Amino acid sequence: MASTSTRAPVGLSSVTRDGIGASPRRPDGTLKVTGEFAYSSDMWMEDMLWGATLRSPHPHAEILGIDVSGALRLPGVYAVLTHEDVPGEKRYGLEYRDQPVLAFGKVRYKGEPVAIVAADHPETARRALERIKVDYRVLEPVSDARRAALDPDCPLVHEEGSLPLHEEHNQRGNRVRYQPIRTGAFADGASVEEVRALADVVVTGEYEVGMQDQAFLGPESGLAVPAEDGGVDLYIATQWLHVDQRQIAPCLGLPADKVRLTLAGVGGAFGAREDLSMQIHACMLALHTGKPVKFVYNREESFFGHVHRHPATMRYEHGAKRDGTLVYATMEIVLDGGAYASATPAVVGVASSLGIGPYEVPHVSVDAYGVYTTNPPCGAMRGFGAVQACFGYESQMDRLAAELGMDPVDLRIKNAVSQGSRIITGQEIDMPMPMAEMLRRAREMPLPPDRSSLPAPSDPRTLPGGVANTSHGEGIVRGIGYGVGLKNLCFSEGFDDYSTARVRLEVVGGEPAVTVHTAAAEVGQGLVTVKGQIARTELGVERVTILPSDTRVGSAGSSSASRQSYMTGGAVKTACEAVRERVFALVRERGLVEDGHPDALLSLSGGKVVSAAEGVLISLADLLGGEAIEETREYHHRPTQMLDPSRGQGSSHTQFGMCVHRAVVDVDVELGLVKVVALDAVQDVGKVMHPQQLAGQIQGASAQGLGLALMEEIQVHDGVIRNPSFTDYLIPTILDTPPMRIDVLEHPDPHAPYGLRGAGEPPTLSSTPAIVAAVRNATGRPLTHAPVRPEDIVGIDPPQG
Amino acid sequence: MRVSFEVNGHEVTADNVWPGESLLYVLRERLGLPGSKNACEQGECGSCTVYLDGVTVCSCLVAAGQAQGRAVRTVEGLAESGDLAERRLSPVQEAFVEAGAVQCGFCTPGLLVQTDDLIERTVGQGGGVPDEAEIREHLAGNLCRCTGYEKIIDAVRLAAERTAAQRDGGGPA
Repeated sequence: MASTSTRAPVGLSSVTRDGIGASPRRPDGTLKVTGEFAYSSDMWMEDMLWGATLRSPHPHAEILGIDVSGALRLPGVYAVLTHEDVPGEKRYGLEYRDQPVLAFGKVRYKGEPVAIVAADHPETARRALERIKVDYRVLEPVSDARRAALDPDCPLVHEEGSLPLHEEHNQRGNRVRYQPIRTGAFADGASVEEVRALADVVVTGEYEVGMQDQAFLGPESGLAVPAEDGGVDLYIATQWLHVDQRQIAPCLGLPADKVRLTLAGVGGAFGAREDLSMQIHACMLALHTGKPVKFVYNREESFFGHVHRHPATMRYEHGAKRDGTLVYATMEIVLDGGAYASATPAVVGVASSLGIGPYEVPHVSVDAYGVYTTNPPCGAMRGFGAVQACFGYESQMDRLAAELGMDPVDLRIKNAVSQGSRIITGQEIDMPMPMAEMLRRAREMPLPPDRSSLPAPSDPRTLPGGVANTSHGEGIVRGIGYGVGLKNLCFSEGFDDYSTARVRLEVVGGEPAVTVHTAAAEVGQGLVTVKGQIARTELGVERVTILPSDTRVGSAGSSSASRQSYMTGGAVKTACEAVRERVFALVRERGLVEDGHPDALLSLSGGKVVSAAEGVLISLADLLGGEAIEETREYHHRPTQMLDPSRGQGSSHTQFGMCVHRAVVDVDVELGLVKVVALDAVQDVGKVMHPQQLAGQIQGASAQGLGLALMEEIQVHDGVIRNPSFTDYLIPTILDTPPMRIDVLEHPDPHAPYGLRGAGEPPTLSSTPAIVAAVRNATGRPLTHAPVRPEDIVGIDPPQG
Repeated sequence: MRVSFEVNGHEVTADNVWPGESLLYVLRERLGLPGSKNACEQGECGSCTVYLDGVTVCSCLVAAGQAQGRAVRTVEGLAESGDLAERRLSPVQEAFVEAGAVQCGFCTPGLLVQTDDLIERTVGQGGGVPDEAEIREHLAGNLCRCTGYEKIIDAVRLAAERTAAQRDGGGPA
C-alpha cells in the first residue's frame, strides 16, 4: 500500500500528523474497548418503560379485529397501541410510502408489526403481547417471486388502487419496478435468435442467490424521550438520521423540528438500518405515556425487524466468438422484494445497469424485475443488486471459458472494460478502471503452499470440517477461482445526493482546535476517523473534535452505497476550505502579506500559517486570539440521470468501483465441506485515506461475501422464516475465515475529493463468485446456487417437501 | 429476589430481580455496566462474555441467581482500576485499538475478555505467544461481522507479544 510523505515547509519542524493517508487511532476506539461507548441498546433512564411489538403470525391474512383489553389490564402495562393510535400518516417508506406503521386491513408478511406495548419490565411487556387478541382470516401467501413478476393472474399483495403507482419504474400489479435495457441490435428490435447467429459459442445458465441477512451484532434499539414542547427526542442507531426524521414526523403528526434525532452507538448496519424498525413505535409510546420508552429487539425479532438482501433468480445467455470476444448477452433477473418496497426500486436499477458486469458486450438485453410477495421484505444490504448480478455474470464467464477451453482470467482480460468504455446504459466510465491489470495482479499473487508440501498427518484445524475431525486429508481436493465485481458508488439515478458539514476553528487553552459537526452515521466503518484526518490535512491543526451526529446540522445522507468518505468527506473538506479562506483573509487584513498575495502560496500546517516563499507567517493561536471561525457547507456530487423506462439508457451512476478476488479452497468432496484457504483481493480505491481502516473494509466485505458463498441463507418456506437465530443462520466465525491478502491500487478519480473511491462494497461482490468458482474448480459440479450447500457438492438432491 | 455478588472487585446487590433475568440483564440494566453486549442472547455470538469465578462464560446464558456469592469480571474491569482520567488500558484493550480490530465494536467487549483469557492461559502460565491456529480456536465462539477477523488476530498476537515481553523483561513493553 502506498504511504504518504509530505515535505515539511520552510521554518516548520514537522507537518501536521494524522492527516489523510496516515492510520491514526479511531477517536471512539478507547470507549469501545473499555465498554463505555453508549450503543443504542445501552440507553437508560430512571423512569423509562420498555416497548415490545406484537407481530403477525401469518404471512398473509386479513385482520378482522384486534382486542387489547386483556393486555391493558395487566399490572405494569402503560399503553397498548394499534393502527388506530397512529397520530398522523398511517404509512411510511424509504422510496414508496407503502408500509403501515402498524398493520391495518391486512398483514403481508410473517412478523409484520400489529400492535405495540409499553410496560415497566421487558417481561411484562412480552406477557402483555400474549394477551392481545387478533382475529385473522388467513389468505394464501404469494410466495413465488417469478410468478409475481410474470403471471398476470397472480393474486396481488397490495390491492389495486390502494397505492399511487410509480410510472417511471413501470410499476404494475406485483411489479415494484420493471427495468428493461436494450443495446446494439436488441435496441433495433432484433430477436435473440437473430443475435445468436452472430456468435460461435453460446452458454446459458440459471442461477439463484439466497436471502442473506446483514446480521449486524447490535440489535435494533433506541430510546424515545418525550419533550416539554410536545415533541420527542430519539436516540437511535440508524444509517441516515434525516431520512428517519422525514419518515417519522408525518406519522406522528409533528413538524420535523419537533422530532429530534441523535445518533446512538451503532452496532453495525450493512444496509439493515436504512429502513425504520422501532423508531415510530418508540416515539408513539413515549408521546402517549409521557415517559421515555426503550426498545431492544432480541436476535429472533431482529430477523423480522429489518429487511434482507433480495433473493434473486437469474437467467443468462452469453454468446462469443471462438477467440473469446463477447458478442451478446441476455439477462433476466427477478428480485423478491417481499411485502413492502423498501429499497427495491434502487436495487432493480443497480441489478439491471450492472447486470452484465465489467465487460464490453455490443448487444445486450436485460429484463430486471423487483416484485411484491408476502415474503419478508427485502431492501438494502452491502452491494445491493450488484451482488446478485455478479454471482450470475461471473458464473457465466467461467462457464464460457470452460466451453471455449480458455483460461478464465484470460477470457475476462480479453473482454474487460477500461477507462472510456461504456456500460450497457450508455454511460461512459470516465475514471481509471484498470481491470486487466488488476486481474493480472490477482493471478500473480503468491499461492498458499500446496497440500502435498505440508507435513502429514494434517492438523485438522487446517482442513474442511476443522476440529470436528471429519478428515485427516483424505477426500480433500483443492480449487482456485476468480471473481470481478463492478459497483456503483454513491447514490444513483438522478437523486440529488449531498452531505453537510459544519467546521469551527478556534483557540482553546492557547492551542488551535477544530470542531467538526455532521449528521453522518458512524456505523463502524471509521468515518469519524476520516473526518478528523481531513480536518487535520486541510487546516493543519492536530487537535480535532468530532461532535456527536444529530439533526441539529443539515443532512449527511446515508451511510450506504460506499458514499460517506466521498460525500461527507467532501463536505468536511469543502467546509474546511471555507474556514481556511477566512483565515487567509485575516492574514491579509493584518498586513502579514501584501495585498494580492495569492492564496495558493499560503497554507496551514502545524498550527501555523505558512507562506511558500517566506515560511511561517504567524501561529493560528496568535492570529485568531479569541475569534472563532465557523463555516457550514453542503457538498453535492455531479448530477446523474434516471434510466429511461423502455431501453434503460442514461448516465445513472456517480462513480464506479471494482474489486478482483482470487479464492483458494479445499473441499471435502465426500462430505461436501469447504475450507477457504486463501481469499486475496485487488482493489482500486483511488486514494487511500486510512490504510488500516481500508484493510478492515476490504477484509470485512470479503468475509460477508464468503458467508454468502458457503453458509448464509435465510430459509423461507411459504413466507415463513425457518432459521431466525444465530444457531441456525450461520455467519462466518474466525475458523471459517482465511487469511486475506490485499493489494490496493490508487488511480485517482478526477471527479472525487482527493480522487478517492468508495471502498466498502466492491469486495462483497467479487468474493462470492470467486469462492464458488474455486469450489466448482475442485469438484466439477455446476453449483448454480449461492450459498453452495453440502448436497450440491456431493451431488445428492435436497429433501423434498 | 435479591442477588449479591462481586463485580470487578466490588460487592454489589441487585434488588427486585425477576428470577428469569440473566446475569447479562442484571449487569446491563440494574448495575449500570452495559459494556457486556446483548447481540444474540442465546450463547452463539460471545458478545456478552465475562469471567465467572475466573472462567469465561456467556453471561446471557447464566441466570442472575446463579451468580449469587460469586465473582464476576467484565470488560469494565479489564483496564487498570483507578481514576477514570489516569486509568491505563490493559495490553489487550490497547492492542485492539492500535491494530484496527475495532470497527462497530459490538463484539469487542466479549473478544477482549476471551483474548484476556487466552493470554492468561498461555503467556500468563509461562507459555509462549499463541500461534494463529490457537488464536482462531480460542476465539471461535466470538462472532464479528465487521472485520473479517484479520485485524483481530493481529491484535491478539500484539497483545500476547507485549505481555510476554513485559513478563520476560520485567518492565512495561
